[in-house]
Amino acid sequence: MVEHGDIRVVHRGGSKINFREPVITNDSKFLLCASGECVKVFSTSTEECVHDLRGHTDLVTGVIIKPSNHLQAYSCSADGTVRLWDFTDGILIKTYVIGHPIYSIHASASHEGVVFVVTSMHADKRPDLLQLVAVHLPRSGDQMVEARELSAVLSDVSSNPLAIVFGRGGEYIASTKGLKLEVYLFRKQKAYSFFLKEDNKKGRRNTFTCVACHPKDDCIATGHEDGKIRLWRNFNQKKEYTYSTLHWHHSAVSSLCFTPEGTNLLSGGIESVLVQWRYNQEDQREFLPRLGAAITHITVSPDGSLFFTSHSDNKITIIQSCLKVSAAIQGLVKGESVTTDLMMDPRSKSLVLNGKPGHLQFYSLQRDKLLYNLDVVQQEYIHESGLQQFEVVKAAFDASGNWLATVEERKQKGAEVELNLKLWEFDEQTQSFVLNTTISAPHEAQITGMCFCHSTDNQTTMLVSTSKDGHFKAWQLDAQAHTEAADERPSWSCDFVGAYHSLVPECCCFSADGSLLAVSFQEVVTVWSTASWELLTTLSQPPKAIRNLCFGRLSCSKYLLGTTGNNLLCCWNLLTCSLEWSTSMDVSLLLADPISENMAAFCRQAGSTDLFVFKPSEPRPLFSQKAVCPGKVTRAIFAPREEMLESCEESSQWLNRSQLYFLTQHMDLMTFTTKVEEDRLMASSKQLVIDDSVAMTPFYLLLGKHRQQDSGDAQSGISTERTPLPQGSVAIKELLQTPAHVLPSTSFLCSMFVQSLLISVTEPREENKATEEEMESEKEEEDSEEEMESGTTRPEQAPLGRHAAESAAPALTKAQVRELRRVKKLDRSWFAGLLDS
Amino acid sequence: MISATSDTARFLPSAWMLSSISISSSSNFHVTAPSVFVVQTKSISVTSTEMASFKPTKIQVYPKLGEKVTQDTLYWKNYKAPVQIKEFGAITNIDFSPVAPHNFAVTAFTRVHIYGPFSQEPVKTFTRFKDTAYSGRFRSDGQLLVAGCEDSVVRLFDVSGKVALRMFKGHTKAVHVTDFTSDSYQILTGSDDYTCRLWDIPNATELNTYQEHTDYIRCGVTSKLNRDLFITGSYDHTLKMFDARLDKSVMTMDHGHPVENLLLYPSEGLLVSAGGRYVKVWDLLKGGQPLVSMKNHHKTVTCLSLGSNGQRLLSASLDRHVKVYNTTNYKVVHNFDYAASILSLGLAPDDESIVVGMTNGILSVKHRKSPEESKETSGQQRRKPSYRVFVKGKNYVPKQDDYLVSKPVKQHLAKYDKQLKRFNVSKALDTALETWLRRRKPEITVAVIKELDRRGTLKNALAGRDEQSLFHLLNFLIGNLVDPRFAPVLVTTAEMILDIYRSVIGQSPVVDRQLLRLQDLLEREIDYQKDLLEVLGMLDTMFASSIPRKEVPCSGISRSNGLGQGEASTSRPQLQAT
Repeated sequence: MVEHGDIRVVHRGGSKINFREPVITNDSKFLLCASGECVKVFSTSTEECVHDLRGHTDLVTGVIIKPSNHLQAYSCSADGTVRLWDFTDGILIKTYVIGHPIYSIHASASHEGVVFVVTSMHADKRPDLLQLVAVHLPRSGDQMVEARELSAVLSDVSSNPLAIVFGRGGEYIASTKGLKLEVYLFRKQKAYSFFLKEDNKKGRRNTFTCVACHPKDDCIATGHEDGKIRLWRNFNQKKEYTYSTLHWHHSAVSSLCFTPEGTNLLSGGIESVLVQWRYNQEDQREFLPRLGAAITHITVSPDGSLFFTSHSDNKITIIQSCLKVSAAIQGLVKGESVTTDLMMDPRSKSLVLNGKPGHLQFYSLQRDKLLYNLDVVQQEYIHESGLQQFEVVKAAFDASGNWLATVEERKQKGAEVELNLKLWEFDEQTQSFVLNTTISAPHEAQITGMCFCHSTDNQTTMLVSTSKDGHFKAWQLDAQAHTEAADERPSWSCDFVGAYHSLVPECCCFSADGSLLAVSFQEVVTVWSTASWELLTTLSQPPKAIRNLCFGRLSCSKYLLGTTGNNLLCCWNLLTCSLEWSTSMDVSLLLADPISENMAAFCRQAGSTDLFVFKPSEPRPLFSQKAVCPGKVTRAIFAPREEMLESCEESSQWLNRSQLYFLTQHMDLMTFTTKVEEDRLMASSKQLVIDDSVAMTPFYLLLGKHRQQDSGDAQSGISTERTPLPQGSVAIKELLQTPAHVLPSTSFLCSMFVQSLLISVTEPREENKATEEEMESEKEEEDSEEEMESGTTRPEQAPLGRHAAESAAPALTKAQVRELRRVKKLDRSWFAGLLDS
Repeated sequence: MISATSDTARFLPSAWMLSSISISSSSNFHVTAPSVFVVQTKSISVTSTEMASFKPTKIQVYPKLGEKVTQDTLYWKNYKAPVQIKEFGAITNIDFSPVAPHNFAVTAFTRVHIYGPFSQEPVKTFTRFKDTAYSGRFRSDGQLLVAGCEDSVVRLFDVSGKVALRMFKGHTKAVHVTDFTSDSYQILTGSDDYTCRLWDIPNATELNTYQEHTDYIRCGVTSKLNRDLFITGSYDHTLKMFDARLDKSVMTMDHGHPVENLLLYPSEGLLVSAGGRYVKVWDLLKGGQPLVSMKNHHKTVTCLSLGSNGQRLLSASLDRHVKVYNTTNYKVVHNFDYAASILSLGLAPDDESIVVGMTNGILSVKHRKSPEESKETSGQQRRKPSYRVFVKGKNYVPKQDDYLVSKPVKQHLAKYDKQLKRFNVSKALDTALETWLRRRKPEITVAVIKELDRRGTLKNALAGRDEQSLFHLLNFLIGNLVDPRFAPVLVTTAEMILDIYRSVIGQSPVVDRQLLRLQDLLEREIDYQKDLLEVLGMLDTMFASSIPRKEVPCSGISRSNGLGQGEASTSRPQLQAT
């Protein structure tokens, strides 16, 4: 940090969006999610992230809409502040400093100027004892205000925000913890507690998991660990309270929610089935099964038309009230651990790792969006805890991205490991991977490593897998020699089985040209020729086993690097078959950049991880940073950049062509960023002024600017109703409505189309004059349309300063409109004109 | 330095062999299976993020063992069921008439029958033989037929007549070989008196006698291109080529075994001879140089024939097989099995029918399927819809203002999948154990059992069965337990069943009998496996001793990099954090 001040470790993408329940704005247009240290604003119609509300310095633990102003939202965080945001513009309005870490936030319309937060006031005495505290937010003009007026409402509450809820009209608040339900009536200023028995007979657990209050009725619904839902009534007295029990879930109810009118109760749990109970007719249930993963939160939009469910696989599903799934917002699925390594898909340049159970996810880091999930296992996932199911444990891409190999594994107590090796071929037509070959039980024991031969000039594609059964196998794509039937595609088969002294192979690695294969057998590295499968040489570094093995790239391809268990990093020269150098460091991960000679080594030192970036041929590291993150780094990846950076500084040059991502112990995806890059990002983010309701795509940026000028004029008072979607300029409309078969080829239209969007020079205008006579016949029908246009294409100032003097803009657009119209009329002479000009 | 496994690996490159060997070395009980099944699948993965529908149980596709489906097997399998005709004795020769409609002459015992292409009764019979007839052959115009006889007289018949036109007497022993020369005025005969003779047809006189063979002459062909050339094969292991213009043979080839049959290619550059277990190909243009020697039969090859315009060679043998070779690489591409040892083989032009005569006097005629028929059979394989789809409203075209409410397409699920979807585990197992399924498609039953096991509910599904359904279950186990494809799944199932029903053993004689059968089966299987392991062990030692061991270059260099680590690292500056 001291030396390389311009390189920082930052969070970039892939944070959780299912940590707290999503909040829907009153107009159902936006969805607010706590996501790491920021609040993400999603559009419900396009599922794109519209804003990142950044400002908190620790985990955001809760978001609510301000009851008195539905365009503002409060968020609370473990950094001890509550912040008020204008989420439509993404502006931080105010910061209230509480001073203690906050676990959740609640508010109700009947308590104006007060928010209720769960915090541990006596952090020094009993950190686990949490209190529900009413915070009177001081009215003051300052940005940063300290909230001092705190009054405890309930003590000993749960840190789970689902365990506290406001009752009908904010008259009471219900809180559950353990086996206790506590109801605090604000009018009486009195709290009632109801206890359940532990009831361990038959292993049932009565612990409360969540609570929901009926919006119109005095009824509290509570979910329990054993899958029961209890509906409590008459709870405003100690004695005569009653409850009824509903039971469908087979394991804990994780979330409950009433619809705004109170006609239905929604519940969900690990079964990943959304259950809709009719209120007062509880035997009428409706189900929406197979939502993909365990439901963690359920929210209903204020008008009751949409349901939102968060799932444990970092997904928010948008469900219409007729129980039909309409969309899903999917974040990076990280689960408990990354069993496959982090990989880059060479085609889509996306990050690939195991995601949902039995799936492989393709995540675009540039767009921070999940591209798609590849179903590897292709089996019905049974949502039941404690069940051993197939998991994707290994995956590998070949250099061109044409082939993907996956290994799925199912461990069972007392039985042999079930293994499947699957090879997937990229299908150009469907743009996805198609299963080519399934090899059941490729090895007799778990597969420890797998890699493709990465040379591009090689004719045959080869895969090597190493296993705990002491063998490594080379798999090769069959030539189509012996199958004369035309419909048979080539499939994979075993080419070679190798072993060395019945030791267990751990890592395998192909050299850059694919002629050598290095396989480590405990402390021995064996080097094999891939052409003849001869054992060429053995390299060893006793006494500990090899952990990582990596060939150098490009000019350093003669080096083979390995790390051993006794904290050694060794570099062998394969030309002399001797040790070039070695150094003692506890390397947990060694990684080669595929497009440069650079290598990265993550080393553990005193509880935190250091990073060294070096070239195998040079003794001095290019870059080193101490204490990159606490804990061990086990997964990392070099991702090639879309555009190169031009950094001159020596220390940051290694980041010019690729980016280094790594996963920390707590499954946070981090990356390194340079000052240059950050400056560029800042600059670009300032340029973009984005409409909220439309997704930010390149196409949108092109069109959006146009429309903004229009709507800017017609801006009336802010309405909460949904504004109709923009129609775009007439030129675009014309283009889009004309049947495709009467249009000339796209290559012709493109330049013109793009020109029509720009405000540019006067030349087309002259052309317009020249062709005016041809247009005479069309004059009449045009006139009527021009009236329509006038509303949208009125003269306005160009947004960019340097074009401010141009007044030709509206005329030009019209000229382009005419051009397009002529195209539609199939006047082929027009081409000649265009080409000449 | 390489272990024995990797050595053997080089010689057995297929995944199948490899895995079976690798298993054998681990020598545990589950050796029943070569565990690698490489299966090519054509299923397309579901990649969309939309809500997944129920994923049906995956039925494992097992590779079909045995022959691969090639163009050849498809072609040669495309014959109807054979027509069997009983003759009076062993059928020694079959000859097709060169002219349409390609009748064929069948020589059996004392008769020569002529059959029409589709008749099951002979259209013509020649019975004027005193003893066993041999080698009934047509002339190239299909008008005349010649046949030898055990009584040494060669008879010439008009195909339309009955009485012999000519009798050629001169041989002293049985005549097994007769043929017309290409000018169709002469006859070649070969006899057990070690001589072959040329006869003139108009005069019925002997033109020439060649006495070069030293044993019975049992086969001979005349050249179709040159009227003077003919080749004979004899039990003295030689093939001799004669020129009628000379008095002695012009070429001699040694087959190495008694020669049973000869065949000339249409181009007459190549000669094929059969004798002993060998089929040999000779290049006549290179002075009788042997080209290929094939040993694909395990008994004497008796007959040869050319098919598919000389593209394929067929050989028939006493081992009851007919093998089809590709004449470009002389690899066997197809194989026919017959009921008895084959003595004679005939192939109609364009492979329209295959006629085989056997020692037990049965003539088997296979006719080629017509294109319609072959299409019909493939159509039968396609499942016809068993019910009419209710089409009301299906053909309605929506108008412009109509609001379309799309109905979700209903996913078709198999019966067991429907039960699995509802978590009815016992019923799912019941449906999977239905008689039809467990008999015809055990892989489906096994897949359902596997799926239940994956869901952790197999025990529930197996429990609580009555005598009848337990009987069926055990029956299924007995039928499939030792199948290497199913063994891993079914062994656990069997263990579970024994666990569950241990308490009721002895209450039902039906179930007990089944359990005893199961025990018997397992004991036998274990014995088999032991034997197999022994054989594999022997093979391993044989391989190990037959391969020269290659020394792996290691040692010197690699030792130095292990030991010389200290100096190597000191010569380099330490990679240290700064």
